[in-house]
Amino acid sequence: MVIKHKMIFKTESPWSDANQVMLKLDTGSWRTERPVLDKEKCNYCGLCALYCPPQCMKDMSDHYEVNLAFCKGCGICAKECPKQAYTMKPEGEFTHEG
Amino acid sequence: MKAKKGKVSVMTGNVVAANAARLCRPEVVACYPITPQSEVAESLSGFVADGQLDAEIVEVEGENSAMNVCRAASMAGARVFTATSSYGLVYMYDTVLETAGFRAPVVMVNVNRETPGIHAVSSGQQDMISTRDSGWVQIIVENNQEIVDQIIMSYRLAEDFDIQLPVMMNYDGYYLSYLAEAVEMPDQADVDAFLAPLKKQPQRPRIIPGASTGCGTHGMEMGYVEARYKHWVALERAKKKVDDIDKEFGEYFGRSYGGQIEEYRMNDADIAIVASGSAAGTAKTVVDAKRAEGIKVGLVKIRLFRPFPEERLIQALKGKKAIGVIDRSICFGWKYGPMCVELKAIAPSIGSVPILSYIDGLANLDITIPHIGRVVDEVNAAAKGKAYQDVTWIPME
Amino acid sequence: MKEIRIHGRGGQGAVLAARMLASAFVAEGKYVASFPMYGFERRGAPVVAFTRVDDKPIREKTQIYNPDCLIVIDPGLLTLPTLFTGLQPGGAFILNSPRKLPKKPNENLKIGGVVNATGIAVQEIGRDIPNTCLLGAFAAATGWLKLESILACLPDYLSGDMLQRNLKSAERGYREVEVVKW
Repeated sequence: MVIKHKMIFKTESPWSDANQVMLKLDTGSWRTERPVLDKEKCNYCGLCALYCPPQCMKDMSDHYEVNLAFCKGCGICAKECPKQAYTMKPEGEFTHEG
Repeated sequence: MKAKKGKVSVMTGNVVAANAARLCRPEVVACYPITPQSEVAESLSGFVADGQLDAEIVEVEGENSAMNVCRAASMAGARVFTATSSYGLVYMYDTVLETAGFRAPVVMVNVNRETPGIHAVSSGQQDMISTRDSGWVQIIVENNQEIVDQIIMSYRLAEDFDIQLPVMMNYDGYYLSYLAEAVEMPDQADVDAFLAPLKKQPQRPRIIPGASTGCGTHGMEMGYVEARYKHWVALERAKKKVDDIDKEFGEYFGRSYGGQIEEYRMNDADIAIVASGSAAGTAKTVVDAKRAEGIKVGLVKIRLFRPFPEERLIQALKGKKAIGVIDRSICFGWKYGPMCVELKAIAPSIGSVPILSYIDGLANLDITIPHIGRVVDEVNAAAKGKAYQDVTWIPME
Repeated sequence: MKEIRIHGRGGQGAVLAARMLASAFVAEGKYVASFPMYGFERRGAPVVAFTRVDDKPIREKTQIYNPDCLIVIDPGLLTLPTLFTGLQPGGAFILNSPRKLPKKPNENLKIGGVVNATGIAVQEIGRDIPNTCLLGAFAAATGWLKLESILACLPDYLSGDMLQRNLKSAERGYREVEVVKW
């Protein structure tokens, strides 16, 4: 049998690097809407970061920024923000078509 | 044909299976959801809640309990139904073996999905293969209409006094479980009539509160041997019974599937391909295309897998010049796919011809039309004396 | 035989759209086989659904590699490199987008239908479930189905207020889709 498949696993048994694709899913690509922060309204309370289920808020020292590689667009940050500083915007608005 | 024309509607394989089970009037249902079977469990709960099915639903915490409940209820004389897949089937393994050994006529739908070993949520027949030796009758179907019809036929088979064996009815996850097709759902009165002959048969033994009987004990020395022997003989009897029930179903409902195997354009075929499940449907398209090119190929669709339809296969394949077997699973420890290994066991009766093994369709990677076309071409070349590979893992190439 | 491939995400109704399409075609006397492929069953995960339509029974049960029509429920999927793979010449493309198509996305396309199904769904249904709107757009752009067939099969899947809202969404998809012929 001529095997044309390029092996994915480097080991005999199926071990994967947790920093690579097999175990680290780019769940950000599943998103249908994303949180957009109005920095003027943010008071750096950190509640969005606390509530974020995948814990993907980056501390930017005066506000928090969502890590779009993992943000699934659940909207919990927008709901919990006491200053209503987040707006959930459809991903369609950020897609560059053509 | 005696049956009324049933209602035609578009339904997915899972919903169709639940409806077919409902029409057979199970009395106890214990079903734990698992992808790609979940809608079966959900639909059955819905039917009971809506009053469409008068059954006791036992909510269980896992598949092992689901089969224990079904087995016990069946041994108490109830008609039961359950469904599972993959991890669920494997989780109930010990009680699956007991159900068969105690000869409880449980009817179970197994929605084919790859087994544990490497985590997969995708179609494949490995789960069925991993329970080949459980002592159950195993049947595989090709499309949604066959799901309906075979569930009804499975009750006729399982509960037949001459058989008393549990039946596992397999259909492909995703390709059939979620497939929306137009299906004719038989009329309740007709299903009742088709299953009615069972009531005229002697009653099988059952657990009766207060009565001093037991089952499945005395597995010592000749007690063990005798129980196993009777079970083994019953499986042999099941083969002809499958053909008889299919014929009767055809006469009553106007639809027949060939019984143990379906032979498609095999009469004047020079070569044959062997397949099962939804891939057999795809294979029929390829057979027609290859026939138009002048290649006299036929398809044998394996419906009854356990007991292995030895006699019917010999009849169908004898005299063919080469055979290609497409397996949607792996036989660990053998070079060839599982159905191919088993087919090779009857090679002396078919003739010493090339039997080519193909492993394909694992983990939701399709058995495509070009793949099957390649199988036909290679089997055809082998029949003409050309060198061939005795096993090919199509996705690895 | 016509082959339609639907691309969406879990929660957008892609799977239901494929079934509704099947029901509508069956109502017009065709044979249909329609099924989805997805991995883990959760919201947001990519879903592809395959619908085959023919005048005779359909036996092949495989994914669709050479679609005649693509229906894209989530505009974010336009960046998918394999989206147009295998598209047949003379193919059709139905897209949910708030913007117009600036240029022909693929050389094999002949018909394009763009509609702001998300916008219409939010207005008519109150939620971003654009599937029924896109079915209406599909009927209008391709002409392979009558709008009446789609509307007639919706009661098999929805009822009450939800049914009424989706009927309106489908009708608006039919009327408001911008059809481009290349």
